[in-house]
Amino acid sequence: MKQNEQHLKPTFLDKTLQVLKATFNVMKPSLIAIGVGLLFGFIIMLIFNASGAFPGLIRLLTGGLGSGTKVLGDILLHAAPVILTGLALVVAFKTGLFNIGASGQMIVAGYAAVHIGVLWNIPGPLHWIVALLAGIIAGAIWGAIPGILKALTNTNEVVSSIMLNYIGTYLVVYLVKQNVYNASTAKSLNIQPSAELPGFGTLFGNSKVNIGIFIAIGVAILIHYIFKKTTFGYELKASGFNKDASRYAGMNAKRNIILSMLISGAIVGLGGAILYLVNGTNLGTTYDLLPEGFDGISVALLGLTEPIGAIFAGTFLSYIKQGGFYMQVNGFPQQIIDIIIAVIVYTTSISVAIQLFFKHLKEKRLLKKETSLENLKGGSDK
Amino acid sequence: MVKMVGITKKFGNLVANDAVDFEVKKGEVHALLGENGAGKSTLMSILFGLYEPDEGAIYINGEPVRIKDPNDAAKYRIGMVHQHFKLVEIFSVLDNIILGSEDTKNTFIVYKDARKKVNDIMKQYSLEVDLDKKVSELTVGQQQKVEIIKMLYRDSDILIFDEPTAVLTPQEIKELIEIIKNFAKEGKAVILISHKLNEIKMSSDRCTILRRGKKIETLDVKKVSIDKMAELMVGRPLISSYDKEPYAPKETILKIENLTVEGKNKAILQDISLAVQSGEIVGIAGIDGNGQTEFANALSGLQPITSGSIILNGNDITRQSIRKRYETGLSHIPEDRHRYGLVLDFKLSDNLVLQTYYQQPFQKYGILNHKTIDSYSEELIEKYDVRTSSGIDTVTRSMSGGNQQKAILAREIERDHSLLLAFQPTRGLDVGAIEHIHKNLIKERDRGRGVLLISYELEEIFTLSDRILVMYEGQITGSFMTSDITPNELGLYMSGSKRREQ
Repeated sequence: MKQNEQHLKPTFLDKTLQVLKATFNVMKPSLIAIGVGLLFGFIIMLIFNASGAFPGLIRLLTGGLGSGTKVLGDILLHAAPVILTGLALVVAFKTGLFNIGASGQMIVAGYAAVHIGVLWNIPGPLHWIVALLAGIIAGAIWGAIPGILKALTNTNEVVSSIMLNYIGTYLVVYLVKQNVYNASTAKSLNIQPSAELPGFGTLFGNSKVNIGIFIAIGVAILIHYIFKKTTFGYELKASGFNKDASRYAGMNAKRNIILSMLISGAIVGLGGAILYLVNGTNLGTTYDLLPEGFDGISVALLGLTEPIGAIFAGTFLSYIKQGGFYMQVNGFPQQIIDIIIAVIVYTTSISVAIQLFFKHLKEKRLLKKETSLENLKGGSDK
Repeated sequence: MVKMVGITKKFGNLVANDAVDFEVKKGEVHALLGENGAGKSTLMSILFGLYEPDEGAIYINGEPVRIKDPNDAAKYRIGMVHQHFKLVEIFSVLDNIILGSEDTKNTFIVYKDARKKVNDIMKQYSLEVDLDKKVSELTVGQQQKVEIIKMLYRDSDILIFDEPTAVLTPQEIKELIEIIKNFAKEGKAVILISHKLNEIKMSSDRCTILRRGKKIETLDVKKVSIDKMAELMVGRPLISSYDKEPYAPKETILKIENLTVEGKNKAILQDISLAVQSGEIVGIAGIDGNGQTEFANALSGLQPITSGSIILNGNDITRQSIRKRYETGLSHIPEDRHRYGLVLDFKLSDNLVLQTYYQQPFQKYGILNHKTIDSYSEELIEKYDVRTSSGIDTVTRSMSGGNQQKAILAREIERDHSLLLAFQPTRGLDVGAIEHIHKNLIKERDRGRGVLLISYELEEIFTLSDRILVMYEGQITGSFMTSDITPNELGLYMSGSKRREQ
């Protein structure tokens, strides 16, 4: 098809190249950030274990590809919830809000899904669908609370959602122990098979990858569409960029804050349900905040707060974590991956500034060249 | 005293100064005249050491010099009063004056000599400011005096004033002009950056006109008319007065009664009653900070009111939402176009439907109709001559202030409405853009809409308004037909020294 088109329209190749170039320009800050992050990680690895550093780096980069389809499946499995939390953060960011409460929303949603998955007896595919919906609703409620507080009492959503992280986490530990506790593992009971998200049979070996990744991509496209095409997205963006102007324009700022947080929470909730509606993933009882909730921040920033960007960023994050897991073979602790990811996130945040700096340098150099050339010309005239 | 020869400064592709020659003599007031973006500020920033020129040379008292930063400028005794004052609000006046050149003894500041020197300066130039007050307690006019004293304290001989009258009342402007003339008499060289022609006429000896980065001419101000200066500045003859239909107001569009807004411990707006009729421009004159902002916010719904009523087209909108007010017939050109008027990160077309995006035909079932929005936007920028780099897709932030304001004007006028609230509609714009906006406001009036104009520029109020109200300390203290009052008398009302008998 593509080749045919190339023959029909001679400009097609140019167009493709143009699009690729534009895409590359957009992605540049993220790519630079990844490069810097890896370099930094490599330096740490050199300090840690100089001889093993290079093979370790190779393992980090290729570990995600190495051993067959199972690994690919696992990458996609872990990518889905992370993409979704990233998307949730994107929605909030675009409205000028910071939903740092994804961790709490996720665990609450996870519990709602698991509760239904374990205790309710619903036939067939309806079971996982109901469980998924319950997760969405739980996440939406947990997300809406800081939104409502912000809209009505002007409470900073960062503070209230951080507190809700703890409230959610502790509440879930209590509920798990009350309702779905498996004393021998100190975790939640396994969900019924009918509540598991449908997988892909043996396509990815014995990986538990399921339709979650498709749901995540679907949601990303939906969010992209909402922000691009709908009046609702237009309003959210307006209040995100300039709250005063959106008020001046007659938009209902309070409603938008609540809705944005509610939707953000709902997406996190969907991610939480997807995370736990997998056989073998159980809710713990250790009072730790769920790290996947904070990965969303990295994904949103690395994806340059664009919904489509979140798909790539989330997949990349999952990929490199997988590589990091295998890096343990070379005698490196997995924590190095966390350091690398942290550096990547920092660098993304400042890489736009770095780019501007380089551009400035370039312009200065060009100017100098021009003036010196002109001076030379002037000299020869005399 | 100062001679700048062949100064060229480029920012990327933009040539801000193109081989400009400029010269100031001892004992003269030399005005630097030009539209926004003509390169006045760039040229003075070069003299003050904020930029280095790409080409050209600067001579001070005949010596070639290189001014790399403001410290160098101070060394050559160049001082500048910036348009936006650079004072530390919580410091006392004296602290602000000596800041950066304090005398110290064992790391403690010694005030005695400094105070004496400042007092001498104040006496010599009749500049009176209470040295022990905090800057935050001073009026804008007094703050400017502090800036001037600061300059003199550093023994500056070359004084640059950047748009010094923008924030002052007519009386304060007169005072400042006297002070500036006095400096010249004392043998200092004064450079006055301005685009207000009558002030230049009153204060300056010579005038250099810049246009699009190039020097057009240096004139003897006494031998040239204001019209001629304007023409040279803009590059074409200007309209001196606008054509208007005869004054024939019809039905009342807006009626405000006893509008009061209580602040923390006193009323910000008190018992404001006014009416605007179809086919008239009502100007509200007053000095910045006398309640105009709160009044506009109360009328547009951005701020709740304590008591009173607002009737628009026969509908009580006192407690209506902002959107409802627009739907009832209000259009609003806001005072702060960056804060309220535009979402700067949106592209232009998105900004042109900021209040109407939810209406047919711009959307259907909640889906934006980008095609209609785009063609509507194209129409608007064509009709209102909004100039951009890439049409309706231009990011609004990258547009010039004049074109941003034209976009707001286009949006507000083309929207369905019967009352236009225009707050400082030409703030910071150049003569060409001002003319464009003024013409459109008059067109509004002639089309039978009501225009409520709030402006700090007395000249603007006089040029446009049919009736003038004065706002002082949150009250309407005067109400006149424009033909019945002179600017000077109005100035007395604006400064509170006169008010109408109740």
